[in-house]
Amino acid sequence: MWQDFAQFFLDYRDFIYVIILSIFLGIEVISNVPAVLHTPLMSGANAIHGVVIIGAIIVMGHASPDDTLSLVLGFLAVILGTLNVVGGFVVTNRMLAMFKRKK
Amino acid sequence: MFWLEIAYLIGSLSFILGLKMLSNPDTAKRGNLYAGIGMGIAILGTILLHHNSEGQSIGNISWILLAMAVGTVIGYLLAMKVKMTAMPQMVSLFNGMGGACAAIISIVEYHGHHSQDFWLILVIYLGLVIGSISFAGSMVAYGKLDDRIKDIRANWLRILNLVILAVIVILVVMGVTDPGNSMFMWATLILALVYGVFFVMPIGGADMPVVISLLNSFTGMAAAFGGFLYSNQVMLTGGILVGSAGTILTILMCTAMNRSLLSVLVGSFGGGGTSGPRELGEQSVREIQGTDAAILCAYARRVAIIPGYGLAVAQAQHICHEFERILEEKGVEVYYAIHPVAGRMPGHMNVLLAEADVPYPKLLEMEEANDLMPQTDVAIIIGANDVVNPAAETDPGSPIYGMPIIQVTKADNVIVMKRSMGKGYAGIENELFFAPKTRMLFGDAKQSLSNLVSELKQI
Repeated sequence: MWQDFAQFFLDYRDFIYVIILSIFLGIEVISNVPAVLHTPLMSGANAIHGVVIIGAIIVMGHASPDDTLSLVLGFLAVILGTLNVVGGFVVTNRMLAMFKRKK
Repeated sequence: MFWLEIAYLIGSLSFILGLKMLSNPDTAKRGNLYAGIGMGIAILGTILLHHNSEGQSIGNISWILLAMAVGTVIGYLLAMKVKMTAMPQMVSLFNGMGGACAAIISIVEYHGHHSQDFWLILVIYLGLVIGSISFAGSMVAYGKLDDRIKDIRANWLRILNLVILAVIVILVVMGVTDPGNSMFMWATLILALVYGVFFVMPIGGADMPVVISLLNSFTGMAAAFGGFLYSNQVMLTGGILVGSAGTILTILMCTAMNRSLLSVLVGSFGGGGTSGPRELGEQSVREIQGTDAAILCAYARRVAIIPGYGLAVAQAQHICHEFERILEEKGVEVYYAIHPVAGRMPGHMNVLLAEADVPYPKLLEMEEANDLMPQTDVAIIIGANDVVNPAAETDPGSPIYGMPIIQVTKADNVIVMKRSMGKGYAGIENELFFAPKTRMLFGDAKQSLSNLVSELKQI
């Protein structure tokens, strides 16, 4: 077990670094957000995790033509992922369009 | 491969920059745009340049483009048509779509590859579980905020939840040790969906924003698992950024309500305090008529407006701005006191008021507003209830005890605009309505405000 884990750590060392640093970056980047922006920020973050669509494209793009299950599910996944991305960014944009600074 | 990695690097950078810029009112709009462009580059790069480990490029391109076209049209229409008041449930809906996408990826990967690698199988299972919970939970949150689903509060549900969670853990362990047996995968999928439903079901409406934010970070994590699966940097960074930023945002929201994440999840809100709500008896409220309210405001030096969800429901944000403008013309200083959880989501009220062109220097956060309250002549509460309930400070038995509130009782006069004597979202009585300095102005918020505006014009 320990051997497995040690091997895992060595194999995926770079990933582990990326994960740890990204966690701190995520915390750092939004730590000074004023309450006014909580909802748009949540919505913007919501759009960003739509990046999962790339996984859906890869799944769909490498599904063999006779594998109906993968094709159908992949097709569905791409639609859902696109919904998340497009809907997320458009909604955020609509919210932010209302924050016009007036002097 | 080189150019694809460059595209992913640009994508990752745009996400970091985008989130950073989204945290500042001056740059937020550009931040969203940059993140969107980065996303576009990463998606385009994937379609054109991605090769799998066997060197095959992306196939089924016409199907992919068709699916993207369908998703774009539906997503765009939903996003453009939704009313600003319904924004929180829309965010929840889109979040659920992302979760479902992640779960489906896991299902297909499980079937397509029959990988024996322990870690990959584990990652597939984790993506499946978290994506499914996020999907089912978001749908329930959507239904609740849209008033399609009623709260179900029951202690057995909480115990059942723990049991389900334990069974899911066992199933994942068995599934990972026996990767060939797809029964474990399907059972995990179904139970994770059930758990998502039951997990959100008992949580009270007032806590829904916290749950949406939490599910948002869940979907981020699910996306990150996908990134791990495909050694895909942009999915990994994007997913983890949202996962950690979403978690922090969730905690910030809990802090704003002076509640711990645990108590939100265990769901004590609205379930009644330990001693039960204090009996208020047959106290009477004092009404005020529009004319008197208008005079009171017109001759005040400083007026505070405390908006709540009632203002949003009545679509009264525009007339409210009109009311504020007329008072300012008469030399009255007006400010808005925004409770962090006013509306149905933190910052929701700010968005609504911004829609009505209220300049945001006028929107004061709770602490600032409370400092100003003793020098305020009139505090007008429009459709807010729990966020001004003094029981949060005085009654240890109240379910909202400990939540910071806007201390309107420090102002000289309090006017409460309300449709009826109904209870707030947390379902508890509000002593404020019976306080000696409080006057009630009954009626629809929009109607009452337009009355006030026309009265003011005559003064």
